[in-house]
Amino acid sequence: MGPANAASPGSPGSPGSLLDVRDLTVVFRQRGRADVRAVDGVSFSVSPGETVGLVGESGCGKSVTSLAIMGLLPKRGVHVTGGVAFDGTDLLALPPDKLRALRGRELAVVFQDPMTSLNPVVPIGTQVTEVLTRHRGLGNGEARREAADLLRRVGIPDPSRRLREYPHQLSGGMRQRALIAAALACRPRLLIADEPTTALDVTIQAQILELLRTLVAESGTALVLITHDLGVVAGMCDTVHVMYAGRIVERAPRYDLFASPRHPYTGGLLASVPRLDQPRGVRLEPIKGSPRDTIPWARGCAFAPRCPNRVEACTPDAPDLEGGRHALRCVNPLPSDSPEAKVVHP
Amino acid sequence: MSLAQVETVAPEEAGGSLGRDAWRRLRRNPVAIAGAVLVVLFVAAALLAPWLAPYPPDKPVGQVTPTSIPGPSAEHWFGLDDLGRDEFTRVLWGARWSLVIGVVSLLLGMAGGLLLGLLAGAFGGWVDGVVMRLVDMMLSVPGLLFAIGVAAMLGSGLDAVMIAIAVVNMPVFARLLRGQMLAQRRSDYVLAATAVGVRRRRIVLGHILPNSLTPVIVQGTLTLATAIVDAAGLAFLGLSSNDPSIPEWGRMLADTQRYLSSAPLLAVFPGLAIIVAALGFTLLGESLREALDPKYRR
Repeated sequence: MGPANAASPGSPGSPGSLLDVRDLTVVFRQRGRADVRAVDGVSFSVSPGETVGLVGESGCGKSVTSLAIMGLLPKRGVHVTGGVAFDGTDLLALPPDKLRALRGRELAVVFQDPMTSLNPVVPIGTQVTEVLTRHRGLGNGEARREAADLLRRVGIPDPSRRLREYPHQLSGGMRQRALIAAALACRPRLLIADEPTTALDVTIQAQILELLRTLVAESGTALVLITHDLGVVAGMCDTVHVMYAGRIVERAPRYDLFASPRHPYTGGLLASVPRLDQPRGVRLEPIKGSPRDTIPWARGCAFAPRCPNRVEACTPDAPDLEGGRHALRCVNPLPSDSPEAKVVHP
Repeated sequence: MSLAQVETVAPEEAGGSLGRDAWRRLRRNPVAIAGAVLVVLFVAAALLAPWLAPYPPDKPVGQVTPTSIPGPSAEHWFGLDDLGRDEFTRVLWGARWSLVIGVVSLLLGMAGGLLLGLLAGAFGGWVDGVVMRLVDMMLSVPGLLFAIGVAAMLGSGLDAVMIAIAVVNMPVFARLLRGQMLAQRRSDYVLAATAVGVRRRRIVLGHILPNSLTPVIVQGTLTLATAIVDAAGLAFLGLSSNDPSIPEWGRMLADTQRYLSSAPLLAVFPGLAIIVAALGFTLLGESLREALDPKYRR
C-alpha cells in the first residue's frame, strides 16, 4: 500500500484510529458470470471524532464498502477479504450475534432513501425505541421518553405525537431525521452515512447535513460520509477519499483536495460541479464516458479510457497509491496549480 | 414535499392510510357493497336463526306424502320438505352450520398454513425446501378430491369435514405467506433494522410478518367462500354428519334428489343459499383485493 505516512489523517494504521479498514476487497460471484470486484483493496482509517468522506460516481464501490464494514452484505455469492478493525476488533471475523450486538450500539448507518428505510406498517416510535430496548435494555415507557427526546434533538417538532405516527405521515426530511435519531440513539462511536441526502430536495439536504454536523460534533462520533456530491464533502469532511472502480485513487485533507486536485478523475469531478464564482454561460464539463468504460485494474489504470491525461505508462501496470498526506494513484497527475484548483463552496 | 414525490410514495409504504384509503375505495365500489350486503344477510341469518325461524328445524310441522309436498305458502315461505319440516327454517339454520364449518375450517387451515409459511419464509434454506416440497405435494392433488380423501380417512362427521377443508387450504396460505416474506426480506427497511442491530426474531415477527399479511386477508375472505361450497359438496356426497336433524345445505340438496320432479323448489332454495353465501364472500374478497392493491389506487 505504498509508503503511506503513518501520521497523516485518514491513512491506514494511524495511531489511535477507531476504524481501520485494510485491503478490503469485495468480490461478487455469480455462476455463469465473471466475478465482479466491487471493492478492490481499499484501505483507510477513521479517528475518533473525525469526519471522513468517500466520494465517487455511482458504482464505484462506496456503498459496498459501507455494507462490508457493517457486515450487511449477503453471505451467498459475496467474498469479502481484508481487514476491518473497529477499536481493535476485527469485524469481518466476528460471529454474527456479536456483530449484531455492536450494530446500532457502537456503529450505525444511515441509508440513502428514507422513503423505503422505514417500515411502512410500524409506527415511528416503535422503530426508534426498538434500538433502545435492544441495546440499552430500557423498558417501554423509558424508551419512549428517550425516543421523544431523540426526535426533539434531531429537530422533529411535537415528538410525542410523531412517535405514534406512521412513516407515510412524515415528510422525506422528517423521515431521514427519524432514521438519524434511531442511528444515534445509543450514541455510537462510528456513524456511516451512505448518501444521506441524495433522496431529499436541496433545502432539506442542507438541513440534514447541518444536523449531522452538529450531532457528530456534540457526541464526538466519527463519521464516514459516503457521497457523490463534492459540495457535501467540502462542507463536512476532514479527509476525503476519492474512489474509482473499487479503488481509492486520491486521498487528501479536504483543503488540499479542493485547492489542488491531482488525480484527473478528481479534477473531472470538481469541474463538473457548478460554481457561483463562474461567469454565467460557462458550460459544465462532464467527465467523458461512463463508469462502465473501465479496464480491470489488473490491466492498467481503470480510469485510463476516460482520462484526458492518459499516457503510455497508464497501461498495463496500474499505479499504486503513493504519497503521504496527499496520496495519489496516478502516473501523470494534474499539476499542483491546475485550473480546477479552486476551493468549492458548498 | 413536491408533487412528484407525493406520487412516488407507494401505497404499500402507507401504513395507516393504506387501511383508510382501502376502506374509502371499498365503500365506493358497488361490487363491494353488493358482496357486503350478501355477507351481512348470511351472517345475520346464521346468528339470528333461532329467533328468526318461525318453526323448529328438526320437527315435522305439516302433513306430507312423497307425492304431495306442499310448495311455498303464506305459513311456509319455502314450503315443506319431504319429512314435513319447514324449509325456510331449515335454510336459515343451514346458514348457521355453513358459517361454523366455513369459519372453523378457514381458521384451522389458515393457522396451519401460516405456521408452515412462517417457518419457510423465516428460516429459508433446507427448512424452506422441505416445507415447500410438502406444499407442492399437497397442491398437486385436486382440492375437492383431496378433501374427500381426508374426510373419508377421518370417518364422516362435521369434525372430519372441517379438518379436511382446513388441510386442503393449508398449502395455499403457506405458499402465499412464504412468497410475501421472501419479497419483504430484501426490502430496505429490513436492511435498516438489521443495521441498528435488531434481532432476527424481531425483524421477522415485528417487521416482515405485518407487511406480508395483506394478501392473506384477501385470500382468507375468498377461501371462506370455497370452504362453504366445499362443505356443501362433502355433505352432498354423504361425508358430513349422519344426523338427519342437522340442517346442512349440502345434505338438504342430497336429500331432495328423489323429489326433484315433484318438488324441484326443495333443491332450489338450499342451492340458492349456497350461491348467495359463496358469492357474497367472493365479491367482498375480490373488491378487498382491488382496494388493497396499489395498482388500482387512484
